[in-house]
Amino acid sequence: MNSITKKLLETVAGWKGKWEGACSLRENGACVEMRSTRFVEIAPKEGLPGLDIHILPGCAGETVAVPACITDGGIDDLVYNDFHIAAGARATIVAGCGIHTENGEPARHSGIHRFFLGPGAQVRYVEKHAGSGDEALRAISPETEIYLEESAQLEMDTAQLGGVGRASRSTKAVLAAGARLFLVERLVTQGREQAKSAFTVRLDGAGAAAELASRAVAREDSRQSFSSRITGNAPCKGHSACDALVSECAQVDAAPSLCARHAEAALIHEAAIGRIAGEQILKLRTLGLSQEEAEQAIIEGFLS
Amino acid sequence: MLEVRDISWQAPGGEQVLDRVSLQVKAGGLIAVTGPNGSGKSTLLKIIAGLERPAGGEILLEGEDISSLDVTARAKKGVCLAFQQPVRFKGFTVGRLLELAAGRPLSQEQACALLAQAGLCGREYLSRQADSSLSGGEMKRLEISTVLARKGRLLLFDEPEAGIDLWSFSGLVSVFKALKRQGGKSLLLVSHQERLLETADEILVLEKGRITEQGPPAKVLPRLSLSCPGCGRREAVPL
Repeated sequence: MNSITKKLLETVAGWKGKWEGACSLRENGACVEMRSTRFVEIAPKEGLPGLDIHILPGCAGETVAVPACITDGGIDDLVYNDFHIAAGARATIVAGCGIHTENGEPARHSGIHRFFLGPGAQVRYVEKHAGSGDEALRAISPETEIYLEESAQLEMDTAQLGGVGRASRSTKAVLAAGARLFLVERLVTQGREQAKSAFTVRLDGAGAAAELASRAVAREDSRQSFSSRITGNAPCKGHSACDALVSECAQVDAAPSLCARHAEAALIHEAAIGRIAGEQILKLRTLGLSQEEAEQAIIEGFLS
Repeated sequence: MLEVRDISWQAPGGEQVLDRVSLQVKAGGLIAVTGPNGSGKSTLLKIIAGLERPAGGEILLEGEDISSLDVTARAKKGVCLAFQQPVRFKGFTVGRLLELAAGRPLSQEQACALLAQAGLCGREYLSRQADSSLSGGEMKRLEISTVLARKGRLLLFDEPEAGIDLWSFSGLVSVFKALKRQGGKSLLLVSHQERLLETADEILVLEKGRITEQGPPAKVLPRLSLSCPGCGRREAVPL
C-alpha cells in the first residue's frame, strides 16, 4: 500500500493504520489486502473483477471494510462487489473510493455493489468518495442495487467530499414487507465538477418504508442533478427530501417523483434549492465568526 | 460602557427612521427602549451591532469608537445581539449553535444551564435541530441563550418577550434581574412589556426616530399609556 493510498483511505474510510475486522483493499485495480473472519467470508468473484462477501448468521455488528483507491491517472477501474447478508445478521460495511491523479491523465472508478439482505438482517453501509491531485478528470460512477427481504433494514450513508470531476450515481432498491431503507446522500461540487444522482425505490411489501435524504452543495461553476422515483406497490411509506445550497454560478436540478400503485401507499417528496440565507450569515457573524467562517459552518451543518 | 452619539439612519426609501439619537449604558446598567412599532427601536440595535450602517453619528464602547467596525469585529469586542426574529439553521443542533456562540466546546451541563436560564429545560434539546422543528417560543429562548453564552460586554435584546409563553416570561424577567445583579455588563433592551421595562435603570421612549421621553421607570411608565398606546403593556404576551 503506497503513501497516497494511506492518505486516501483516511479520507474515505476512516483508516487509522489497520483494519480490525474483515477487509479487502483495492489499489489501482488490484487487491492488496484481504481478510475473512469467523462471520464474514470474502472471496474473489469468479469471472469478474470484484468480490463475493458473505455475512454469516450470528454476525452481531462486525465492521467490514472494502474501500478502493486509485493513486494516479490512466487507470479505469471496474469492480463488482456482491454482499450477501444472512437472515438476522447485523454488520457495518465501509466502502468508498479515493482517486488521486498527478500525471495529467484521467482516472475512473466504477463500483457496482449489490446488497442482498435476508429477513431481519440489518446493515449500515458507509460510502465516501473523494478526489485529489492535478487538473485531470477524476470520475466515480457508483451503481448500487439493494434487495431487502422481510423486515430487513439498510441504512446507507454516502458522501462525495470533493475533488471528483464527474460523478454518475445510481441507487436502486426493492423492499419486501416490513423492510426499511434509510438513505442519506451528501454531494459537494465546485469548480467545473458535475454530479448526477438517481434513486429508484420500489416498495413492494406491506409496511415497507423508505426515507431518502439528499443534501447538495454546489459552488462556482459546478452542476448537479438529482432525481428520485419512489413507487409504492403496497401499504407502505416513502419520503424523499432534496435540499441544495447553490452559490456563484452553480446549477442544481432536482426532480423527485412518486408513483402510488396502492391506495394505502403514503408517499411524500420535498425539494428545496436556494443560496445560503443572508440572515444565517449575519447571525453567525454576531457570534464572532467571519463571513467565510460563517459560510463554512453553515455548509458543514447542512451536510452533517 | 456604551455611548451612542447622534445616530441617524434613513430607510432606502428616504424615510428618516432614526434622527440624532443619543444614549448611554453604563457598565452594569440596564437601559430599556420602548415606543410604537416603526419608531426605530430595532434599527437602533442593529446599528449598534453593526448590521446596519448609520448615516451619521458615533458609537463608543468603553471609550473606543467602534462605528467603523463590521459585525464580526464588534462581536469580538463583546457586542451581542439577540434578534427579534430568531434565525433557523438546517443541520445545526441546539448544542452546536450554543458552542458556536460560546466559541468553545460546552459540556452538556454547561449547555443545559444556558438553556435553563432562558427557560428551556431538558438535555433532549441539545441534539434537536435549530430549525422549523422548534416552535417560535423555543427558538426565541434559544436565541437568548446564544447571547448568554457569549459572555459579552454589551448585550442587546430585541423584544425578548415576543413569542414567549407566560410561564417562561416570568423566568425571562428573572434573567434580566440576575444579569443586572451580576454586574459588569451593559444591557440594552427593546421591549413593550411593563414587567421587563420595570427592571431597567432608565427607560427611553422612541417615537418617529427621536427620543421623546427618558427617565427611571417610576417616572416614565405611568405616562406611557397616555403618550404611547401599546407601550409598557401588562397584558399577557402572545403564546
